[in-house]
Amino acid sequence: MRLDDEEQDILGGKVGPVRRQALAHQIAVGDFFGAADFVPVTQAHIMADTESLGEAGVRWLEGLAAADEAVRRVCVPTITDPRGTDFGKADFLRQTPSMIDLERRAIVAFEKLGVAMTNTCINYQTIAAPTRNEHVAFGDTGVVIYSNSICGARSNFEGGPSALAAGLTGRTPRYGFHLPEQRCATVLIRVDFTPATLNEWGALGGVVGRIAGNYWQVPFLEGIEGAPRSDEFKHFGAAMASFGSIAMFHIAGLTPEADEFGARAGLPNHRVTRADIEALQKSYRGDDGVDVVVFSAPQLSLYELRELAGLCDGRRFKVPLLAVTSPQVKPDSDRMGYTGLIESAGGTVLSGMCFYQSYAREIAEANGWHRLATNSAKLVNILGGYGYQPMLGSMEACVDAAVTGMLR
Amino acid sequence: MSATAKIFRAQQSMGRAVRGPALVANDGFSARYDLDRIAGVFSRPSHKLAGQSYVGKILVLDKAKGGVATAWMLYEMKSRGIVPLALVMNSVNPILAQGAAHADVPMLAGFDEDITGAIPNGAEVEVDPQAHELRIIDR
Repeated sequence: MRLDDEEQDILGGKVGPVRRQALAHQIAVGDFFGAADFVPVTQAHIMADTESLGEAGVRWLEGLAAADEAVRRVCVPTITDPRGTDFGKADFLRQTPSMIDLERRAIVAFEKLGVAMTNTCINYQTIAAPTRNEHVAFGDTGVVIYSNSICGARSNFEGGPSALAAGLTGRTPRYGFHLPEQRCATVLIRVDFTPATLNEWGALGGVVGRIAGNYWQVPFLEGIEGAPRSDEFKHFGAAMASFGSIAMFHIAGLTPEADEFGARAGLPNHRVTRADIEALQKSYRGDDGVDVVVFSAPQLSLYELRELAGLCDGRRFKVPLLAVTSPQVKPDSDRMGYTGLIESAGGTVLSGMCFYQSYAREIAEANGWHRLATNSAKLVNILGGYGYQPMLGSMEACVDAAVTGMLR
Repeated sequence: MSATAKIFRAQQSMGRAVRGPALVANDGFSARYDLDRIAGVFSRPSHKLAGQSYVGKILVLDKAKGGVATAWMLYEMKSRGIVPLALVMNSVNPILAQGAAHADVPMLAGFDEDITGAIPNGAEVEVDPQAHELRIIDR
């Protein structure tokens, strides 16, 4: 990679060991992908739950945080993805003291590095949505696909070490979706229906993700009607990223770069029908019994909590119902009375975590949670590997399942 | 290297040269989605390597799948010695490359043919990132 004078100084250790290490990591990644140089970034977003970090990862962070304060702090706004717990609800989840201790240590280390603990995977709804052509280093696949596709910003998937490196150096290797040529559509998807519910949007994202198949593919969709809401695009993109490792899509007439980088002659094309998303949803149905209902992945917006609260009003749950949101939304949910309606029915509203990033395997075993109902296609895709039998249904059907113990 | 070793050239490479047994499947890879990282086996029931140990193996797989956690998890897995020896993929995403760089796990990606169809499962192979090469030492 071509390095400017400032980058040469960083690599030479003139601004300390933390930034030198960060830049060396970025060069290794940039060289792998053939990046010519670095591009400045304005924001970074770090995924770093402690189930992923483990003891080794937290020690690594603590090693960085032990450097002199003058040389260890991030130089652009750098925020965090959900933590592995809601500290106030850890006992309810039956998380162990060692999990909580690891979380606390990670937070201390991040704060010493100057990272703002926003603990959200919906920062485009709650903190600051990036703008068109803004180069960022975001570290949650759902955040990246939304930022690239809906906002027109420019980010690759930046895993925790790389997003932190970008925060420390203020730049990232210029490859992938920082380059205009990577943003061009590679596959045409003709859709003959427009999803009606969040689980259907997620299921469509999952189907498209499977068709497109890998990170370097950019689906271009035709046939979506109306003006989808932010939460609908949120579930659509998060599922597409989860099922297919996809970082960007275009939708004819809707997304900002659809005209510039959209369909052209000769693209492979596919047709997706309602039967395809019904087949995906049916593929996750076992028996109808439900041990736990979870709304998470991505964290719920205030509007989703509003809708959920309305469905919970006056109900009484037989099985646990968990609704997970961000620390920015939770106080508003409390003030608006949504939390009260959900919890009066027997549900629990959690903040600052995400279900699958919170020791999902261990809390399943501790609580006897195996059959899980959710309206998140992303969550059903992930939890199969954690020993769950996940089932995908509408928000309404999932709330009914919490009442009856059966998903219909 | 034997005189008859078959050689495959990778477009992308990083890390040290290593040699070991190949564990091969035409399926994807995500540390979070697919693995029981404590037991060191593929745990997703639908994965073609479900139930098989990846520890000390040179994984030869199709593509990286969704999820950013792999970027941290390879380092954590390596700290316990429950980690693949190297990764050989048809296609990788940034997360897998970032994770391999962070954990110092050798990796090759991008071949002229489907590498999962070219390497016999269980073959002894050598990963040589400096030369951008994967070599079959012994079938």
